[in-house]
Amino acid sequence: MNFSGLIHDFGPLTVTGLAQGAIYALFALGYTLVYGVLRLINFAHSEVFIMGTFACLITWGFFGLDQNSAQPSVGGAIGYLLLGLAVAAVVSGLTALLVELVAYRPLRRRNAPPLAFLITAIGASTVISETIGVLTHHNPRGVPPMISTKPVVHFGNTDITGLQILMVVLALALMVLLEWFVGRTRLGRGIRAVAQSPDGAALMGVNKNRVISLVFLLGGLMAGVAAVMYVLKIGDTRYDQGFTLGIQAFTAAVLGGIGNLRGALVGGFLLGLVGNYGSGLFGTAWHDAVGFVILVVILMFRPTGLLGEALGKARA
Amino acid sequence: MTTVDVPPTAEAQTPAPLPRRKRNGIRSWFANLPWPARTGILVAVVAAAYLLPYTADVPVIGPQIITTGTDWRTTLFTVSYYILLSLGLNVVVGYAGLLDLGYVGFFAVGAYTVSLLSSPDSLWHTHWAWLETIPVAVAIAMLSGLILGWPTLRLRGDYLAIVTLGFAELIKIIATSTPGFLRGDTGFTRIPAPPGHHADGTPLFGVRDSTPYYWVGLTLVIVVIFAIRNLDRSRVGRSWLAIREDEEAAEVMGVRTVKFKLWAFAIGAFVGGLGGVMFAGFQGFVNSNTFVLQFSILVLAGVVMGGSGNIAGAILGGALIAYIPERLRGVTDPISHTDLFQWRFVMFGLVIILVMIFRPQGLIPSRRRAMELRDRRKEAAPE
Repeated sequence: MNFSGLIHDFGPLTVTGLAQGAIYALFALGYTLVYGVLRLINFAHSEVFIMGTFACLITWGFFGLDQNSAQPSVGGAIGYLLLGLAVAAVVSGLTALLVELVAYRPLRRRNAPPLAFLITAIGASTVISETIGVLTHHNPRGVPPMISTKPVVHFGNTDITGLQILMVVLALALMVLLEWFVGRTRLGRGIRAVAQSPDGAALMGVNKNRVISLVFLLGGLMAGVAAVMYVLKIGDTRYDQGFTLGIQAFTAAVLGGIGNLRGALVGGFLLGLVGNYGSGLFGTAWHDAVGFVILVVILMFRPTGLLGEALGKARA
Repeated sequence: MTTVDVPPTAEAQTPAPLPRRKRNGIRSWFANLPWPARTGILVAVVAAAYLLPYTADVPVIGPQIITTGTDWRTTLFTVSYYILLSLGLNVVVGYAGLLDLGYVGFFAVGAYTVSLLSSPDSLWHTHWAWLETIPVAVAIAMLSGLILGWPTLRLRGDYLAIVTLGFAELIKIIATSTPGFLRGDTGFTRIPAPPGHHADGTPLFGVRDSTPYYWVGLTLVIVVIFAIRNLDRSRVGRSWLAIREDEEAAEVMGVRTVKFKLWAFAIGAFVGGLGGVMFAGFQGFVNSNTFVLQFSILVLAGVVMGGSGNIAGAILGGALIAYIPERLRGVTDPISHTDLFQWRFVMFGLVIILVMIFRPQGLIPSRRRAMELRDRRKEAAPE
């Protein structure tokens, strides 16, 4: 127990926690969207994310960028970033669609019991991550320097880097965008209708399968953005890094109330912060453990998470 | 967009046809045999199981079955403890319908208790023999099941899943970050093997031949099968069935749901702990890398793939998840002549997906569950 350390480093821990939370939040959106519509834990979502990290790095690799290359100019960095984000989002989105098509749709057609979906998801996750593993010879892949790690803002001992600001802003912006999409557009209304009552929505003429595909695509896009932020923050990626991060992100989704978009955001940031304070207090090895303990405690008092499950019940 | 798509898809319009009941399957054939024949077949199957280490000596088929890249008898032992774990998890997932994603946690508790009590590396320096540790280890595993179950069993399905996942992760984190107590990566060495000597004084449970380990594993599997089968047919089993089908209805009819769910957890944990004890005794070495979360997910995949809620299914599933990757070890593919071993998990994943798509109820579906599901479908779409 290191209280003085926690108090001394409170500022830096908060900043890095929020940055980590931004990744969790975007990642968790994928779990929450799918759960809200299908009542199903999409175990393959962590691999959707990992596909994003590799897609981004391979794209940058085409331009000759690797972990040893020099820092590109500001204009170049913005260009590379936008390109990386776009490619990662598209590849992750398509992977999510593919998973839905191969692993879930045939089961829905056969009216399979809920556990069967979980198992095909595990199968799909294994296939994707191990294929990446074999193709990359199980080695990590480094990330080229993109954004200067020099802090842009100082508060006492707290340094905030440009990347951290970018991450939090991007997460919030995407959240607002997604909220608008689900709450205000015609497609979003379809999503909410299917979430509320799949059969009712089908009777009203909503194409259920298309809505489900859309939900997977949206989750994949968000995971792709999270993937780019992740590689920039961590500095490398490996075929098996998705699993643990996925579990954390799923914890975040449950913490906020799975099936609830804002819950994913709240849960993500909360988990990022709590994990960081916990590692400040007990040591970094306990980072993930603190999150789980908080989750259990919160679930005991609010069994459906902080904000409750509510994709279908969101304001019309 | 899509909202004007009339008529709705075929899937929404007509319910899938109800599966036809097979009237002359192998299982009804078996059930209709006179009892001496049934006993005879059972004895023959058990005897064949005990003779499996000598498969390599069977002409023609033998060499096809055995693993070429690893020791066949060690593989058999691996298969036996995977079956044990599948049987235990089947109680939790298949019977009581509680989704447990952290089953490896109980396995770890069992293995670590053995290590702490018997390994010379342990802080406690108790140096117990392997046999002495068994009751303590399974009791502590059971207790950990109760401790995990008590606060969490009020949660609904998917929340329970994440909490159990957290439990397994927590145990691994404790193991990795307490270098003094659970010794992290360094682990415990020289965990004693089961007792016994050959006539010439060499230990019965040595490193050269895994056959005795396999026989111990198989014996435990058989004992556990009988215990679980009888439990399933008792008041406890009927309560599990009721809880699995409709928890609220069960509660209303006077089934004490929390109590029986706790029982399911404790029994699952007991069997998982037993698996851990066997593993520790065989391996002689336990460290934090042994208990990766993927392991429990693998076992869960085995249970569901085999047919959850069914003992035969759990056995088949557990055996397949242990056997398939080992069988692929050391096999070269005919096209590019690379070792197929590195693709083993990819193929494994594909097999899981295909099995679930073509047999969503598992390879050997539980009849009782199949009937329940038929009932439920009728409720959903009355004809």
